[in-house]
Amino acid sequence: MPVEVRLPTLLRPHTDGAATVTAEGATVGEVFSDLTSRYPGLADQLVDADGNLHRFVNVYCNDDDIRYLDQLDTKVDNGDVISILPAVAGG
Amino acid sequence: MSTRFATPTLRLSVEQYQRIVAHCYDGLPDEACGLLAGPMPAGEPTGYVSAVYPCRNADASARTYTVDSRDLLHAMRAAEASGNELVGVWHSHTHTDAYPSDTDVRQAVDPAWIYVLVSLKDGEPVLRAYRIRDGRIAETQVVLERR
Repeated sequence: MPVEVRLPTLLRPHTDGAATVTAEGATVGEVFSDLTSRYPGLADQLVDADGNLHRFVNVYCNDDDIRYLDQLDTKVDNGDVISILPAVAGG
Repeated sequence: MSTRFATPTLRLSVEQYQRIVAHCYDGLPDEACGLLAGPMPAGEPTGYVSAVYPCRNADASARTYTVDSRDLLHAMRAAEASGNELVGVWHSHTHTDAYPSDTDVRQAVDPAWIYVLVSLKDGEPVLRAYRIRDGRIAETQVVLERR
């Protein structure tokens, strides 16, 4: 089912500059697979070598951090908005 | 070494400056942090700051900061709703200079962003701004504007 994915400026070079793209999937992981099949440059940015959510990104499904849901297995519904955010940190 | 990437000048209103510094003092003894919004045509900030968003330090630490991701989400939404983007982040150094630490350089998330440091180590706050790219640091000018 189609969901809207919102990207931070940092990742937009990988989506031809688009801030928002539509992708299909029943879970966040499936949505990411659909996304990276069309925008391969995003692959390394979202998921690490072990297939887990990269620790340098935060992903929200609507208003919920998917780390506190089912991570990449978090289910999505038609019309949900997935927001990808950079982890902003320092010392 | 080229410092061309240091441009543009960061332009804050006096009120925004005061809000940033106040949030830094409010965060003591921990580091405080927040986000800057502004125009970002073609992926580069112009330096103009349209809004500042004080955020929670998820680390609750005097030595490190992580912008609370929910605060980041809300700031990003607010920035985009006003036709702007997030263009930078500020955080305080409670006992060191207003200069990016090794951790700041290593974790700098976006080469387009402007990184603002506020030192509280002396009696007066010191605010300075930088670009951080490929491990290199270049200072940018800061101008306070009456708007």
